[in-house]
Amino acid sequence: MGLPRLLIAGLLALLPLAAAAQDSTQKEIERYRQMLAEGNPADLFEARGEELWKTKRGPKNASLEQCDLGLGAGVVKGAYARLPRWFADTDRVQDLESRLVTCMTTLQGYTVDEAMKNPFSSPDRKSDMEALASYVAGQSRGMKLDVPIVHPKEREAFAIGEQLFYRRAGPYDFACASCHGENGRRIRLQELPKLTDPKDAQKIFTTWPAYRVSQGTVRTMEHRLYDCYWQMRHPQIDYTSDAAIDLMVFMAKYANGGEIAAPGLKR
Amino acid sequence: MRRARVIVFAAAVAATAAMPGCATQPPGDDAGARARAEEVFRQSFTRGNRQMAARVEQQDEVQKLCSAWRNQPPKDVAEKIEQAQMATIQYPASGKLMGDWRQGEKIAQDGYGLRFTDPDPKRANGGNCYNCHRISKQELSYGTIGPSLYQFGKLRGADEAVQKYVYGKIFNPQAFLACSNMPRFGHNGVLTEEQMAHLVALLLDPDSPVNK
Repeated sequence: MGLPRLLIAGLLALLPLAAAAQDSTQKEIERYRQMLAEGNPADLFEARGEELWKTKRGPKNASLEQCDLGLGAGVVKGAYARLPRWFADTDRVQDLESRLVTCMTTLQGYTVDEAMKNPFSSPDRKSDMEALASYVAGQSRGMKLDVPIVHPKEREAFAIGEQLFYRRAGPYDFACASCHGENGRRIRLQELPKLTDPKDAQKIFTTWPAYRVSQGTVRTMEHRLYDCYWQMRHPQIDYTSDAAIDLMVFMAKYANGGEIAAPGLKR
Repeated sequence: MRRARVIVFAAAVAATAAMPGCATQPPGDDAGARARAEEVFRQSFTRGNRQMAARVEQQDEVQKLCSAWRNQPPKDVAEKIEQAQMATIQYPASGKLMGDWRQGEKIAQDGYGLRFTDPDPKRANGGNCYNCHRISKQELSYGTIGPSLYQFGKLRGADEAVQKYVYGKIFNPQAFLACSNMPRFGHNGVLTEEQMAHLVALLLDPDSPVNK
């Protein structure tokens, strides 16, 4: 962990130089991406996630190896490419993190509160969820995203997600669409994807979870939505809430067909 | 739960019925889906600040219409929104529409305020202007969700009509363009009269870097 952090700190120190010209910052970030492509710090999260996956833990002293992520108990390979999806046992559309919570409670015997206690790390506190999500997502790398919107509950999730995407509220009158409704826009220098454009959506959706250079850790899709609503001057969205998952299903419809390159590397 | 659903649904119907002369329906209009989305929304923001949650749960008429029309209202709806929003604009009692461009620049740079991690209500909110607009030539880190405002005053002058327009546009952009992406900084109480006057100066004062 120490070495990549140091490397990234060094690279970040170069960032102000890159701001000298308007377009060069984005180019520089692309260059860092290429430099780090063979050494994404998320690799370490994947490795820790795999270890956590296979370690017996919790009141039931069980590993997560029998967790059913949608392709049957114990199948990790390719599971992330099909999430979120409807699960018969919970009768709910679940994203990866929601499903991990289910497995931690049913297999390992944790309470829901315990399983959801620490989804987002802070500098002095690692998150098992970030590691587990990195591991599972990495096991679908190179596969095509193929989120099912077939079951009535999956179709309902899409319909609700679509409504929420355009829902304006709060002191800034913002909706998701305020920033992600048009092509080629930026906030400051940060390029914004138009999430209903498959070209943009595929590139974005398939690269979460991602190591965020500015935060020095892997962040998950749940965190991305939490962060968006924070910027939108909304209160914090509940972890693994229906609104979060419905928005993911909405995005996935446009992202389907994209090749999974998670965990990614982002600003 | 059941009752809440009925109330939300009734409100959605009432909102639709309140638009006389509205020839077409919103895209993919499905009052049922909209009402169910409202319910999901309320169930998904339960663990944070209750006051903030109440504010986002309750959409005003403009937020409802712009959500339903996905920011592309037909002409009759747009005109109705613009008229109603024009009536909300309050100009400073002092009559002073132009403040200090230096303070305006600070406000334009500042993104503080109203996020759930912004705990100090005594610290003034920022305007977030550079997040979406090019403004001065010096600041290269600007967004492009809104149009460039560089040379705004140089191109348009700074007489009282222009000052009034800029102040009004910051106070309530929906008075001029229904379902604009820009926040209603005055109407929603994000910025104070003085702050908005400083922003008017940033755009119009001949000494502002915007007009150099």
